[in-house]
Amino acid sequence: MNENGLSRTGRRRPRRVADDAFFRTATGLVGGIVILITLAIAFELVRNSGLSIAKFGLRFWTGRVWDPVSGEFGALPFLWGTLYSSFLALAIAGPIAIGIAVYLSELAPGVLRRPLVFLTELLAAIPSIVYGLWGVFVLIPLVRGLEKGMPDALRKFPLFSGPPLGVGMLSAALILAVMVIPFSSAVAREVLHAVPSSQREAAYALGATRFEAIRAALFHGRTGIVGALLLGLGRALGETMAVTMVIGNNPQITPSLFAPQHTMAAVIANEFTEAADDLYLHALVEIGLVLFAVTLVINFLSRLLIWTMERSARTVPAPPAPVPLPSAEPA
Amino acid sequence: MRFSRLFAAVGVASALAVPANAQNVQINGAGATFPYPIYSKWFSEYNKLHPEVQINYQSIGSGGGIRQLTSQTVFFGATDGPMTKDQLLNAPGKILHLPTVLGGVVPIYNLPGDPDLKFTGPLLADIFMGKVSKWNDPAILKVNPGAQLPSTDITVVHRSDGSGTTYIFADFLGKTSVDWKKTVGIATALNWPTGVGAKGNEGVAGLVKQTPGAIGYVELIYALGNKIAFGAVQNMAGEFVKASLDSVTKAAAATKGAMPPDFRVSIANAPGSGVYPISSFTWLLFYENPKDKRAAKIMTDFMKWALSEGQKYAAELGYAPLPQEVVALEMNALGKIRA
Repeated sequence: MNENGLSRTGRRRPRRVADDAFFRTATGLVGGIVILITLAIAFELVRNSGLSIAKFGLRFWTGRVWDPVSGEFGALPFLWGTLYSSFLALAIAGPIAIGIAVYLSELAPGVLRRPLVFLTELLAAIPSIVYGLWGVFVLIPLVRGLEKGMPDALRKFPLFSGPPLGVGMLSAALILAVMVIPFSSAVAREVLHAVPSSQREAAYALGATRFEAIRAALFHGRTGIVGALLLGLGRALGETMAVTMVIGNNPQITPSLFAPQHTMAAVIANEFTEAADDLYLHALVEIGLVLFAVTLVINFLSRLLIWTMERSARTVPAPPAPVPLPSAEPA
Repeated sequence: MRFSRLFAAVGVASALAVPANAQNVQINGAGATFPYPIYSKWFSEYNKLHPEVQINYQSIGSGGGIRQLTSQTVFFGATDGPMTKDQLLNAPGKILHLPTVLGGVVPIYNLPGDPDLKFTGPLLADIFMGKVSKWNDPAILKVNPGAQLPSTDITVVHRSDGSGTTYIFADFLGKTSVDWKKTVGIATALNWPTGVGAKGNEGVAGLVKQTPGAIGYVELIYALGNKIAFGAVQNMAGEFVKASLDSVTKAAAATKGAMPPDFRVSIANAPGSGVYPISSFTWLLFYENPKDKRAAKIMTDFMKWALSEGQKYAAELGYAPLPQEVVALEMNALGKIRA
């Protein structure tokens, strides 16, 4: 990711119409390939899950049993596990990622900024298997200790029920959060960077505190920040290796953070190699299809969210005035 | 600059290498992960003896091996559980199973003081079904009189990935517990009634090692390598036997009289004295009448070597060698491959 979102100014060349036409066709073709690939993936997923679609139909989406021995397959526990772990990770990572972005783009002294940017982006480059190993050897014992130390009164809540294993939903969500933070924070930082400084200057001119000026900047870039968080969500939905190493891989639907659960990506990675039976294989591919569909729906919904936010930003003439703080001191 | 020179060097080297070994034969196989260490040892040792023969093996899992063999994208397959009748019928030609080595699966556990525990088949089945859920359950104490067992919960750790290890373990439980056979069944991946799934033998070993009160199952070599306590299991003769290469080989020897001609036999809970009951063959799979006659000839020679000379590599890698009786039967069966 380049340091300042600005593009380099290229050398000027004599403009030629033929060049333009060629350029348009070439990029158009490349753009078309993306659509073709997406359609081809969808087609192949449907084609290779035909047996399972024919046998289970919509029951596949609501079935809770995954039994390769008797040939009964339902995706609901995996769907639940994927959505639960991803949104939980988003809830943990979101505030942290925005906090990092704000600090790096608004508050950090110049000496610290570069190394910190480098370090957060380094987090994104760590392979997920390494996160998984860290999860197994460091995170799981920590989480187990936390679970054991939890007072009995709290353990009665369904959110914290079950034996303290360490592996389970909480570990998965935590590891996903760590993996998502660099992506979301990097994009959020770029977004804040792109907020015109006139916004902040205007806020200061009106006597805003630093906090209020930052809030104005955040408000200005809010669609971009939501986009940054959703990018992180997308990554969490598809993450496989690190999750399967810490989530416990037990397909069950429970709100408990301590219970082992399972995700769609993890079950495919785990069971695909040994699935020799046709129906079993098709059911696994259909899990892939469900994951594909879920990703599409979430992408669509996030587009919709950003679109409505942008529209409201355009129709509302001015951002609402920051809530006045009684003891606002000039920064 | 440096890179281009490097590329040039590689290019020259490969250009020289290719014509020099024009007689090279590459044979591809795929399948089970459990025997991968010994197969790769065999293929590399065999390559030293016969430099023109290069056998490539992808350890993609038994299911994948069977699929690739059936679609004829590889010359040979490998599996930890014999192919089912349906799978054999779906294949485009007759397939021969040849046992190569043996493996044993052991119950491992994490308890204070690492006591030596004994298990019967039905007891293991009840534990892995969640019916026996405390370590001081009377069912466990009955088999282990006098053992100091805590009142902690039992955490079951099983494989999350489809695996021949699971097949071998479930095969034994299915043979000794009617309940298991009815409610869980025998396959490489199961609908586990309880517990936590971990990926691979190393995943199960690791999780058991760090979870107090956990029980799991791994290939013998992983229990030895990770120095985890593992229990003795009651065999058909009523003896409690701890797994060792010797007791696993005995399980194979015990079936010599009843060996079916196609070698598709389960030796779980085999009869006889000193037999470790959770044992299994692992097989290589060949077409009896393959298209590539040259590869067929080479692989027949290779199998003769693997069944004789090759067996001595088994023990050092943690596999139990085949008993002589089975080797003799296989040497005969090799004649079925039409080269």
